[in-house]
Amino acid sequence: MNNLSTQAEPDALTLCYHCGNECDEEQYHFEDKNFCCIGCQSVYKILSENQLCNYYAYNNTPGKTQDEASSHYDYLDEPKIAASLLDYADDSISIITLYIPAIHCSSCLWLLEHLYKINASIVNSRIDFLKKQVVITFKNKEMSLRELVIMLSSIGYEPLISLQDVVKEQNKVSDRDLIKKIAVAGFCFGNVMLLSFPEYFGLATFEQQFKSFFGWLNLVFALPVVIYSGRDYFISAWKNLRNKVLNLDFPLSLGIAIMFIRSLYEIVSGTGAGFVDTLCGLVFFLLIGKWVQQRTYHHLSFERDYRSYFPVAVTLINEEGEKPIPMDELKVGDRILIRNNEVIPADTILMKGDAVIDFSFVTGESAPVQKVLGEVVYAGGRQINQAIELEVIKPVSQSYLTSLWNNEAFEKKKKKKIDTFSDTVSRYFSIVLLIVAFGSAGYWMFSDTAKAWQSFTAVLIIACPCALALSSPFTLSAVLSIFDKNKFYLKNTAVVEQLARINTLVFDKTGTITAPEGFRISFEGDLSYEDQCLISSVARNSGHPLSRELVKWMKISEYFPVSEYQEIPGKGIQGMVNNKLVKIGSASFLNIKSEKKDTGTVYIQIADHYAGYFSFRQKWRNGLKELFATLGAKLNMHLLSGDQDSEKEFLIPSFPWEENMHFKQSPQNKLDYIQKLQQDKNKVMMLGDGLNDAGALKQSDLGIAVTDNINNFSPGCDAILDGAGFEKLPQFIHQAKDAVKVIHMSFGISLTYNVVGLYFAVQGLLSPLFAAILMPLSTVTIISFTSIATHLFARKNKLI
Amino acid sequence: MNILYFLIGCSVLLALIFLMAFFWAMKNGQNDDTYTPGVRILFDDDLPEKHEK
Repeated sequence: MNNLSTQAEPDALTLCYHCGNECDEEQYHFEDKNFCCIGCQSVYKILSENQLCNYYAYNNTPGKTQDEASSHYDYLDEPKIAASLLDYADDSISIITLYIPAIHCSSCLWLLEHLYKINASIVNSRIDFLKKQVVITFKNKEMSLRELVIMLSSIGYEPLISLQDVVKEQNKVSDRDLIKKIAVAGFCFGNVMLLSFPEYFGLATFEQQFKSFFGWLNLVFALPVVIYSGRDYFISAWKNLRNKVLNLDFPLSLGIAIMFIRSLYEIVSGTGAGFVDTLCGLVFFLLIGKWVQQRTYHHLSFERDYRSYFPVAVTLINEEGEKPIPMDELKVGDRILIRNNEVIPADTILMKGDAVIDFSFVTGESAPVQKVLGEVVYAGGRQINQAIELEVIKPVSQSYLTSLWNNEAFEKKKKKKIDTFSDTVSRYFSIVLLIVAFGSAGYWMFSDTAKAWQSFTAVLIIACPCALALSSPFTLSAVLSIFDKNKFYLKNTAVVEQLARINTLVFDKTGTITAPEGFRISFEGDLSYEDQCLISSVARNSGHPLSRELVKWMKISEYFPVSEYQEIPGKGIQGMVNNKLVKIGSASFLNIKSEKKDTGTVYIQIADHYAGYFSFRQKWRNGLKELFATLGAKLNMHLLSGDQDSEKEFLIPSFPWEENMHFKQSPQNKLDYIQKLQQDKNKVMMLGDGLNDAGALKQSDLGIAVTDNINNFSPGCDAILDGAGFEKLPQFIHQAKDAVKVIHMSFGISLTYNVVGLYFAVQGLLSPLFAAILMPLSTVTIISFTSIATHLFARKNKLI
Repeated sequence: MNILYFLIGCSVLLALIFLMAFFWAMKNGQNDDTYTPGVRILFDDDLPEKHEK
């Protein structure tokens, strides 16, 4: 591209061949292709050398920007650490499962399954796309685990290896057992239906010999359904009874048991055909409902804590030199080395080096903090300067950051069970059911003993709350998939009901209500056009995000040559332009007194003359003001931030509840604040993004992690909301409320079915055919009603 | 009509074979990942020497 066209049309986009990002002026050219950075170009080089350019054929610009500095992997050579990561290892081959967040398209799949072309030591690699995992088999004599990981990073697929093993924890969860049970129930159900039809259509006299044969065969099929497939209902009902709780599993298991006993009695004594088909159908449908409810998102983890943020190992410095050790072997008094972009794992004292630490994950404060020698550095910060040496003063598990997890909010996390509508109803349902059953038995007892037994069993069979048990799972899972399409991912179906009950909203500021990209830039001071050109010329040499934003914002197309350019990390940049020394950076860099104490300020000095400062403020998310107005009309609104209160004046116009706005909140403060709101009988929903909100998310009745890349780290929560879906929050709440309405209505429908059935049952008039029709009919009604109604409501709420 | 005993026996046996086949598939992990194989099958086996755009 020549210079003329660049000047005439500065906004003409040149897209990177690898990642599709906009290329800056200094393009990287290779084989007629443009790249936005050296990282993208080197990935392309590796791929083209190995004839893997098909990678670019399946999708346009399949890569991801290579801007992040890769970490050090020396620790992977430690046998102890490597052994804990490998799935399998023998003398010649090793197998490892790695979690690679960058996996996102079919090109990734293709490339990662052709790794053997890059390095012949790799025997095989298989991807599980939805889980974003790759299983790699490699020859451990020829290639070490470290070399493998470095190779993956070099082609842009850096695996995430953290203290909390995401891979192993995810693979523990498996619904294979349930599917097996469904298969058995379905198999028996189908066969039993086949064998029951002759009975319903009537058997001719000469066919009577088959009657008992069919009956006995049915019984044989019923056995695995009751003993294997339906086992969980009996176990759960028994457990709940012992805890003096009546849940829906009690009438269900009672129905199953009675149906089986009565069928057994009728078939053995030859008095009837039994209810085996109803029994098998019931268990089959119930299990399907259970399966629908258990749906999970494999690519998301809702249980992450600080451990998944921390690396597996840390570099220890002792007399023999540097040595990587596993995190849990780190002791008080150890001296550790933290390189650029590494996370500080424990509370430490700075011993050597220039510490500029980004605490945004811990405090929410977005600007890096500078530390001096001898100062305490808390765990969780990320060093963004050259390597530093630190001495550990507290073990990893007791640091300032991790002590949050020792709070009781985390202790009782297992017990935090959401009380669902169906739990409440089933308590009364079971009692009423037993009263009706014993009542009708008692009524017939005096006139007709046989009828007493018949009506008693008939009541328990017909009132078996199959449709009732399916209402919630089908409605809620329909809501889940609607939310899912709008990039709102719930941990489980119970969260929907919880969402409908919320009356108080608490927002975190940074990362939650601010947009991930873009700044609101303003300048205080006086700048001539020439000065602006000078600043822009210097700033475009820097890769620092603020410099890039500044260049973009100034929109200057004239540049001057810059000499003696210097970039001092964490401080600023300087260069000679037109014989003037231009300095851009922090107050200390310019040797002036800072006018503002917040760190989103960049000062300008031209030829030893102070010219003013730029302030960078994060942009709010789209439609934030309207969102607050809509939500605030119905709910109590609160805002907690770890930052200084410099943004307060900008927030007031859109967030008028000034008394509910709190700044400089530590993670513990946030947790306590939520607790206080809950003590006033509020149902609190917390929206946060970082580790600093983890405690509050856990403590709240419903914790939502807001993230702009769902593959990034998000703290433990009940739901993950993609930033793109943030505006739809009021619709989500509305949809959840509608879903609860749907559940109420479908409970009404299924109770009507039960009452109709009971009318016949108390008279002892229940025929197997009647039961065999009523049960599937009510089930189908409920399933279709719930899904249609939920989708209608979703359309009304503009979610589909 | 006694042939019915034999026929029903056959049908149940056949259904059992299918159930066993399903179990075998489950155990083999064929249902663990229902997405990736669908994408994988669309890839070409051989590689063109160089892809030009």
